[in-house]
Amino acid sequence: MFRWLVRRDLTLAWRRRADALSTLFFFVIVVSLFPLSIGPDTQLLRSIASGLVWVAALLASMLSLGRLFAGDYVDGTLEYASPGKFYPVASKMIPWFATAATILFIIGLYVGLFLAPRDFQQGEAYRVLFIHVPAAWMGMLLYILMAIYAGIGWAFNARLSSMMASSLSITGAMFTFLSLVTGSMWGKPTWGTWWVWDARTTSTLILLFLYIGFVSLQSAIDDPGRADRAGAVLALVGVINVPIIYFSVQWWNTLHQGATIRLVDKPTIAAPMLAAMLIMLAACWLYSIAVVLTRLCCTIIERERDVGWREEALTR
Amino acid sequence: MNWSKFFSMDGYAFYVWGSYALALVAMCGEVLLVVRRKKTLKRQLQNFSK
Repeated sequence: MFRWLVRRDLTLAWRRRADALSTLFFFVIVVSLFPLSIGPDTQLLRSIASGLVWVAALLASMLSLGRLFAGDYVDGTLEYASPGKFYPVASKMIPWFATAATILFIIGLYVGLFLAPRDFQQGEAYRVLFIHVPAAWMGMLLYILMAIYAGIGWAFNARLSSMMASSLSITGAMFTFLSLVTGSMWGKPTWGTWWVWDARTTSTLILLFLYIGFVSLQSAIDDPGRADRAGAVLALVGVINVPIIYFSVQWWNTLHQGATIRLVDKPTIAAPMLAAMLIMLAACWLYSIAVVLTRLCCTIIERERDVGWREEALTR
Repeated sequence: MNWSKFFSMDGYAFYVWGSYALALVAMCGEVLLVVRRKKTLKRQLQNFSK
């Protein structure tokens, strides 16, 4: 399968070899210019060679960026960026995501509550983890997505993208609130208090306030265009907070434990626990897609009051 | 698999089941609100276009 894919892409590139060769040619020129301009000092050249090659390759690949979306533009996939066209697609997808989410929730809870073994230290109390960790992840992830969509909506004046940002905000706020509350419910038995001003808890609280700020800011402004722009500013300003939350456990010696799942080395928890957490995460992910798409459909209907396509949408 | 031990969760029942119940309420609440909103909008559309 992989070989077939590579061969197909190579034939495609070969058919439009002018683009491919011009990128390659540009790369060769840039790399060969440097020794000429800097001078024959091999010691210096050897030290800058690797970085230089990488930068030249990246810049060269930028050349073909223009053609990247030309194909999509021609065959009309870009049309789905218009709210009217995206509405039927979205409303068809929702039931699939909803059923998949419920199934995964059931499996995740079963594995988490029944199959996963007792924790040697916390006994059964740790089972709150299966809702606390996915909720925290989703809270952060949805904020990043919201900022990206808001940014795109603002930069390219794309209404659908800003609508997506406002639809994401409420689900993100719900998940962040959920992660804070389940965290404190878990903290009571293990840390002895409901709340502690720890690096991670405080930054997650800030994330929740950012969400609430976004939602209230958007609802305070009547004109959708201005509301989207104002929301985009707030979302983009607040996006710095997400890495702070994520790395807060490493930067400050906090009461909150370190990341349970590190991409680098073996996770520090038992396999069924890990499986249950990942299933629950997938379930939360599908759940948010379903809910956000539904809210997106509502926003599309609300905002497209005067557009003629809505009567036709009724028949779908 | 005795259920009483399972539900007691080593005495942490309140915390574990409390947070799960809260998660259930939060999620189902959000779903119901959104679905209700979509239904009312659809009904408005139908009346609007009649």
